[in-house]
Amino acid sequence: MTALAVNALCKSFGGLRVTSSVNLSVEPGERRLIIGPNGAGKTTLFNLITGELSPDSGSIELFGDNITKVASRKRAHLGIARTYQIITLFARETILHNVSLALLGLSPLRWSFFGNLDHQRHIAESAREALAHVGLEGIAARPLAQTSYGERRRVEIAMALAQKPRLLLLDEPFAGLSIDERRDVQQLLRRIPRDVSIVMIEHNMDVALDFAEKVTLLHFGEVIVDGTRGDVVNDPRTKEVYLGH
Amino acid sequence: MSLWLTLAVNSIALGGLLFLLSAGFSLIFGLMRIPNLMHGSFFMLGAYFGVTFLERGLDFWLAALLSGVAMALIGGLIERFLLKRLSGQELPQVLLTLGFSFIIADLCLMIWTGDPWQPATPAELRGALQIAGLFFPLYRLVIVAVAVVVAIALWLLVDWTRLGAKIRAGVDDAPIARMVGIPVSRLFTLVFALGAGLAAFGGVIGAPYLSVYPGMDAEMLPLALIVVILGGIGSLVGAFVGSFVIGFLYNFGQAMFPDLAYVILFLPMVLVLVLRPQGLFGRGVS
Amino acid sequence: MKRRVPRFAAIGVAAVLLLTLPSWIANSYYVNIASQILLWAVAALALNVLVGYGGLVSLGHAALFGTAGYTAALLLQAGHGHFAADLAAIAFTLLVSAVFAVLSLRSTGIIFLMITLALGQILWGIAYRWASLTQGDNGVNVATRPQLFGISLATADAFYYAVLAVFVLAAISMAIFVGSPFGASLRGTRDQARRMNALGYNVWLIRFIAFLFSGFWTGVAGLLFVYYNQFISPQIMALQTSAEILLMVISGGTATLVGPIAGAAIVVVMKNVISAYVERWNLVLGVIFVLIISFMPDGLIPGTTRIWRHGWRALRARVALSRAGRAP
Repeated sequence: MTALAVNALCKSFGGLRVTSSVNLSVEPGERRLIIGPNGAGKTTLFNLITGELSPDSGSIELFGDNITKVASRKRAHLGIARTYQIITLFARETILHNVSLALLGLSPLRWSFFGNLDHQRHIAESAREALAHVGLEGIAARPLAQTSYGERRRVEIAMALAQKPRLLLLDEPFAGLSIDERRDVQQLLRRIPRDVSIVMIEHNMDVALDFAEKVTLLHFGEVIVDGTRGDVVNDPRTKEVYLGH
Repeated sequence: MSLWLTLAVNSIALGGLLFLLSAGFSLIFGLMRIPNLMHGSFFMLGAYFGVTFLERGLDFWLAALLSGVAMALIGGLIERFLLKRLSGQELPQVLLTLGFSFIIADLCLMIWTGDPWQPATPAELRGALQIAGLFFPLYRLVIVAVAVVVAIALWLLVDWTRLGAKIRAGVDDAPIARMVGIPVSRLFTLVFALGAGLAAFGGVIGAPYLSVYPGMDAEMLPLALIVVILGGIGSLVGAFVGSFVIGFLYNFGQAMFPDLAYVILFLPMVLVLVLRPQGLFGRGVS
Repeated sequence: MKRRVPRFAAIGVAAVLLLTLPSWIANSYYVNIASQILLWAVAALALNVLVGYGGLVSLGHAALFGTAGYTAALLLQAGHGHFAADLAAIAFTLLVSAVFAVLSLRSTGIIFLMITLALGQILWGIAYRWASLTQGDNGVNVATRPQLFGISLATADAFYYAVLAVFVLAAISMAIFVGSPFGASLRGTRDQARRMNALGYNVWLIRFIAFLFSGFWTGVAGLLFVYYNQFISPQIMALQTSAEILLMVISGGTATLVGPIAGAAIVVVMKNVISAYVERWNLVLGVIFVLIISFMPDGLIPGTTRIWRHGWRALRARVALSRAGRAP
């Protein structure tokens, strides 16, 4: 059974085809990289997988279950977590509160009208655990407004990991990071256990190729090449897409 | 029979006035992305200006034009010095226009008192026109004619001039328009002023028919809102068609179901907002 | 513990002052003003649930306020008892709130504002035009105030205590609500609705429940209002009233619970003072709206606490410096 199976997925906006019969198959525990120039439809593909967008045709299967019609908010409960290209954190709260919200999203406690979120011991503990994974447990109480960009990127990852997903979608996790910060993120990604399957979108191939076992190249919404890292890197079509015709 | 005919004539007259009111409202909403909650106030204040000019013996059309120009100036100043400070924050801008609507309403009450004013119809336009054995009040037809002339002028402006092209670009996508070098910020001031001026002009034109009274702003604003939601934000065609539809709905609704007058007006608006936010002709607000 | 003591002390002092108010304010006119402040504070707190914590600005809440008042008044006039009339009023207001919510929560931002505005106008129009139902412009009289535990609420003092009790309940209820996990979810939807959706939250349902909670307390405030005035007329459901409640919220500041309470006090006092001298309340309302939105978007409370803390720190710094200067 595959972790994620995308079958002939199509999406158009008006006359513009952003996703053109995309097929994708990710094995459990795999580390998959999706690359492609700007506008290739990578983030759109993520939005289709998470359910924020509805496909025009095609299907999406998560560990064998067809989730094409499942509402996006339910997909988090089925084990899909994602980070965003543009940081979308809760700027008015502390780092701990941000991660706690991620944990609360899957907990029935979110419908509770009594008690205080910050006093929920087990949520706070799990939040600190997730922050420890990304090396931020020391500044858990810091307001998000006082954190650096690199720290915020790591908070995003912590929030996704906190939900203990089966499938983790990372949208350009290295964007805007310094060399040291990139190294830190690479290390923490390597530490993620194999019961999490990871699909990453990344622009910067140097940084991401190291991480990937299999690579999918998208261009104009279509899958151009799909295979192991070596195959894709050496494929002449890859060079064509990136260097022009 | 003649009641329905009267209602019909009144409806197209009201439709004409609503177009003068809503065209500006629609452009402002389309370009600046805000429902200008002081638009009814522009209409009313303009009408009061007109009344004062007429009292001084000014020619009717001159009074209407002057009132329009004065209001355009006021509108431009408000946009330039107050709305622009909140550039990018639409919700506060809307609340600002709301605050101003209260200010203007009370100022009008202070200056012109609570009694309604009804200037006389210009002498040469009194009386009735006879068509096919039926009599139509001349002035109400004139109102419609004026609305059509203004509609054509606006259409020429928006569809055939470079300024109009810039406005259309701004309505389509303001950030991109800015990037292409269109002075969107200046357009905001211009369109806001234009909308204010049109509304004021409409107020004076309508004065001999609707009269001018306190609370008129609160009656006209919802109508403009409904016309534009129905017809589509930023669409002049939509404003034109919508104005006459609402003119009819309003008059016939009042006559047939006086108890539910407001429901008849607002329900279609709510339905459109809920079901088809882009209106019948326009683009969405998002 | 350090930060809590001053806050608890402040609440304690306020509680004592409020509880003993009729004794140190002998004039029933001012006791009535206090009652008004408290009942409008409940309405402002209710609106702030949506505005401050939900990020949804409604211009239709006066309609919910008036619906409760009108329902109670009409039922009382028809001969029903207070308990039944009040219960029915709140129930009906919840129903109307649900309808408002379903229609307006299709959107957020300006469209939400316009839908609530339109819905509010519809209800106002019904109150105004459907005279056979609501007695239109004549309004509806409420003959007597209810009796609580055998005590008549006819006097200003007695009614003040009743309003105070309801206000305290409302304030506690709000504090629990916003501090709860649900409150945290609501704030999350205010700041990053899309992210909340991806995290597994049902954003629409969260907002819907918040709307009902807001509508409930708005209705309660409406009941307090109709009992206070013993009269209700369509004007209470007009756009201007919705704007006044919104002004209370934004003038006091949306980020805290104290803000709307302070805002209610400011607006009620100003309205009473100004209306006593001149008929220009609308003008003043508009000017204050414009000024606050233009220059103090956070509201007066955050603005002044910032100034207060800044001043306090500056003072302590100066004291420390001067002490250091005197060191041997």
